[in-house]
Amino acid sequence: MKKRKFLQNISFFVFRLSALINGTALAIIVWFMLSRGISAISWEFLTKAPFDSMTKGGIFPCIVGTAAFCMVVLIVALPIGVASAIYLNEYAAQGKVVRIIRLGINNLAGVPSIVFGLFGLAFFCIVLNMGVSIAAGGLTLTIMTLPVIIGTSEEALKSVPDTYREASLGLGATKWQTIYRVVLPAAFPGIITGAILSLSRAAGETAPIMYTGAVFFTPTLPGSLFDEVMALPYHIYVLATAGTNIEATRHLQYGTALVLIALVFGMNIGAIILRMRIRKKMRI
Amino acid sequence: MLQRDFIEKRVHTLFMLVALFSITMLFLIMLFLFVEAIPLLKHVSIKDFIFGNYWYPTDDPADFGVFPLIAASLFVTVLSGLIAIPLGIMTAIYLAEIAPKRTAEIIKPVVELMASMPSVVIGFFGMVVVAPFIQKLFSIPIGLNLFNASLMLAFMSIPTICTISEDALFNVPLSLKEASFALGATHFETLAGVTIPASLSGICTGVILGMSRAIGETMVVLMVAGGAAVVPSSIFDPVRPMPANIAAEMAEAPFGSNHYHALFAIGLVLFVFTFIFNLVADHISYKFRQTGEASL
Repeated sequence: MKKRKFLQNISFFVFRLSALINGTALAIIVWFMLSRGISAISWEFLTKAPFDSMTKGGIFPCIVGTAAFCMVVLIVALPIGVASAIYLNEYAAQGKVVRIIRLGINNLAGVPSIVFGLFGLAFFCIVLNMGVSIAAGGLTLTIMTLPVIIGTSEEALKSVPDTYREASLGLGATKWQTIYRVVLPAAFPGIITGAILSLSRAAGETAPIMYTGAVFFTPTLPGSLFDEVMALPYHIYVLATAGTNIEATRHLQYGTALVLIALVFGMNIGAIILRMRIRKKMRI
Repeated sequence: MLQRDFIEKRVHTLFMLVALFSITMLFLIMLFLFVEAIPLLKHVSIKDFIFGNYWYPTDDPADFGVFPLIAASLFVTVLSGLIAIPLGIMTAIYLAEIAPKRTAEIIKPVVELMASMPSVVIGFFGMVVVAPFIQKLFSIPIGLNLFNASLMLAFMSIPTICTISEDALFNVPLSLKEASFALGATHFETLAGVTIPASLSGICTGVILGMSRAIGETMVVLMVAGGAAVVPSSIFDPVRPMPANIAAEMAEAPFGSNHYHALFAIGLVLFVFTFIFNLVADHISYKFRQTGEASL
């Protein structure tokens, strides 16, 4: 009897320890970026362009570029993702077709980010003749984030109780009227949560935009969708590996990384809080 | 009434077409990888490409052997798996079975934040913090190596493994556990004898998807793995996994050259790897999905 209890105590201790290791690893990374990056952050850093071969100045063009990519993702991926989720959850009979569509979505979610980059380069940049541009990079990111939006939207649609649908259908509404007037408004907060999560993913990715939308340096801010831009994640990579003076720009690298983490974590924490609120509401 | 039905039908068709968008894109990705990779076959046979030991794409005559790159990818994936799989699963068990509800509600978002950490930041961290640290710790000549890359990749695949396993553990029917308790088993015995076996398919799915994420991850291996295209002989050797090679050389490969096609061919190999991982994961989760207590 004692041995059994002992075994349990030991193993539970190990389980606790592993959770602690994960949390500590995250804390260490965030702490390093925070403690070494905070000194670089200033109003000037956030609002000025880099100068002197990127050894001085700020990261404003990168923030603009990342925001531009996110806008493309929001405008293109959100409608497609939500519509796909509506089809899968509301219309489709669960059969072979749905199984294949789901398989496709799951596999799309597993495609390596650099392969999206290759595809974006060959398809958007060259075949569709968009060149290295916000449009090409944004569309590449769109395809990458689509599975996330579809998954979270489906989750949101599933959480709408069937009684809502039945009540609406019972009043004589058609299926589309029911979806449009009843299901979508009820699922809206959940869908927004998913949209925020996928935007945070798009903002943090580097490999898909390396050869499709982002460049080392642009002298001016982008004027149209077909201009190339600087982007936060790519800027970190460039400064850390190919800058003119890697050691001298260390604080700028930490600063940029800190801004990117703050942006991505901010969006994620926002989404987590939003989701908690929805769950609380659902319980009542 | 007729107009309503008309709209209804149109809407249905429209949604179905949109839903086919994802799979169309997946198909296009495969198509483009093939189309851009196939011209290489005129210069290199598939056997020489996969098993060739020398990767000198810019020499004359060029060598397009990707064996060292494939080996590097497999090594970093396996080594990161050795770290990530136990940590991910044990954290999942802690969250689903042991942690008080309050604590779990704090730790779950932590795991989500780990998942959302941009890969370039992890790569940067590995470069500037971890590399000098392990260089000193093990007194080795270079800190950017297989071991460092595996550590960073483990950080990226733990959240995937953890969340999917946790889901599976959480969904084991309570009556099963209660039956085990009623027979006098301890919490740990119930866990090892009932809960974990019942959720094994979900845990496997999580592990496979986590490994798939590790093998396809680009920025981390690009910045941290060291970049030497040779088959490693120790875990402290610098390596050059497939995604890192594509990302590093795409800029210098002229459009339409053999080098360009070779990089797409590597992309295709990488895609095949992750595709198989995903199909297996999908198969497991579909075939062994829990449809109630009767399916055990």
